[in-house]
Amino acid sequence: MKADPGLYDYWPWEGRPKISWPGGARVAFWVAPNIEFYELNPPANPHRKAWPQPYPATPGYSIRDYGNRVGHVRQMEVLDRYGIRGSISLSTALCDHHPEIIRMCAERDWEFFSHGIYNTRYTYGLSEEQEREMIQDSVDTIEKHTGRKPAGYLAPALSHSEHTIDLFAEAGGIYTCDLFHDDQPTPVHVRNGQRFVSVPYSLEMNDTIAYVVNKVEPRRYGQMLKDNFDRLYQEGADNGTVMCIPTHNYQVSCPHRLKAFEEALEYITGHSDVWVTTGREIAEHYLEHHYGNAVAAIAAQEG
Amino acid sequence: MALEREHLEYPRRAYGMDHDRYDWSMLTDRSPVQWPGGKRLALWVNVCLQFFPLNQKGKPFAVPGGMTMPYPDLRHFSLRDYGNRVGIYRFLKAFDRYGVRPGFAVNSALAERAPALLRTIAERGDEILAHGVHMDALHYGGQDEAEERALVTECLDTLRQASGQAVTGWLSPARNESEHTPELLVEHGVEYFCDWVNDDMPYRFHTGNGGLWAMPLSNELEDRFVIMNNLHSEQSWLEQVCDAADFLLQEAEQSDSGRILALNLHPWMLGQPHRIAKLEQALDYITGKDSVWTAPPGEILKAFREQQA
Repeated sequence: MKADPGLYDYWPWEGRPKISWPGGARVAFWVAPNIEFYELNPPANPHRKAWPQPYPATPGYSIRDYGNRVGHVRQMEVLDRYGIRGSISLSTALCDHHPEIIRMCAERDWEFFSHGIYNTRYTYGLSEEQEREMIQDSVDTIEKHTGRKPAGYLAPALSHSEHTIDLFAEAGGIYTCDLFHDDQPTPVHVRNGQRFVSVPYSLEMNDTIAYVVNKVEPRRYGQMLKDNFDRLYQEGADNGTVMCIPTHNYQVSCPHRLKAFEEALEYITGHSDVWVTTGREIAEHYLEHHYGNAVAAIAAQEG
Repeated sequence: MALEREHLEYPRRAYGMDHDRYDWSMLTDRSPVQWPGGKRLALWVNVCLQFFPLNQKGKPFAVPGGMTMPYPDLRHFSLRDYGNRVGIYRFLKAFDRYGVRPGFAVNSALAERAPALLRTIAERGDEILAHGVHMDALHYGGQDEAEERALVTECLDTLRQASGQAVTGWLSPARNESEHTPELLVEHGVEYFCDWVNDDMPYRFHTGNGGLWAMPLSNELEDRFVIMNNLHSEQSWLEQVCDAADFLLQEAEQSDSGRILALNLHPWMLGQPHRIAKLEQALDYITGKDSVWTAPPGEILKAFREQQA
């Protein structure tokens, strides 16, 4: 085990070369709906339990299923109203289980990125070869069902190995959502030396982290989203920033929570200098226009 | 280091669910439902009347709201009992004031310990649902089937005899089930259960003994979950309920199909003097809307079933 994953270098927020977004926008804004499938009876991973109760874990399983049966269309309609294309963090087995959802999102030109096979299959304990197989399966599944390989990766249930990001880069990916170290994209070191970036996802704005872990009240969550945006918009006047809202259909789409989310989206997209975009487009723009400057500036740091 | 091969095998990776309990179906794909009188939103208030034993075994887990201190945990035992002695009577007044017709999910052990309370409810004519024997008699995976059957029998026999009602609804303690629970419920004449929280409308649940209806009793909005688990304020619970009512009414209008607002309540929680006004304000807000129909779950399900092909 290492004290530091060695994926990126320290790089202060001040004094960086300026990032400019298309149209002169200050903030690149993206919404990442996690569309997940949890298994009722997965094989027991020796490092992490899928459910707190013995099979059948009715409470946890059924609220997650609510997201697909009820929540998805609700969130999709809200995103439609504000001209937002979702960047889906996809449990790729959902292509097999619920192809209707995949079709609706594909019709809207949403992005699909890999979030593993099931959210009840963890990376923990997999050999490098096994993890490569799992990642490749997820990449192939997305390509088969949507016609395009995924560009991004968020490890299933945020479970990682030391090789996760290397393996995804080797499978043809260009960005990861697994790192929370910055409010701008940054270069990420991968072992094959390819150009690979981190696109800011956000643990703090993630509805499940807010609602389940931090137990935030729905209206306060809406206010947190607006406050998060306000500061990134302000700072983005000097140097482009990224704001992401990661969501889950079983959290944000509950009847008592959707209004607060919608009000935040209305607020954010009501600003003029916002690039409403996807994870892939942010990564591609950054790689094309800013990655080289960033690598040079990081290398030129003293010490 | 590696895992067994089964960790990369996916035997249920195919269209639909990964089990045979119910069919995959999105809410928006279903035929519209109309409530009696052209109403849009059915308000289902479910009151849990519970007994938490002092000598809690906690098998296979200590139930939320149960004893947490070394025996004898008098504070939690008596605080839960408060709901059945005091809080519930505040609830009943509030229901009558706002014309709400609730259902009561009752632990059979409580029916035996507080016959006066059960009589009061039965005489009001309110629907009684089975809520297991008590809050420390959990149904759980791996439980001996005969042992679980005895719990279901005891609960339903007691409640049916004490209430004179058919008692066809079920809510498991802590909503926990074994792999046999749905079969055992059908075997005992139960028509619907409220444990699964994967929908906002009723749906058909398959068992080896025939069909069962799943009724959507939200966990995310219940008083215990919001106030005790999430540590939100009473005021925030009220706001969440009002926001949910607004949203569901709007969705009902847009989809031209009735919706259900289900409030699961505990008299030991909202029946406290500093909280009861929030329940009253919630009921005032919801029943103040023209398009709301309040009914017990059996009646809501009956109206729903009559419209299913």
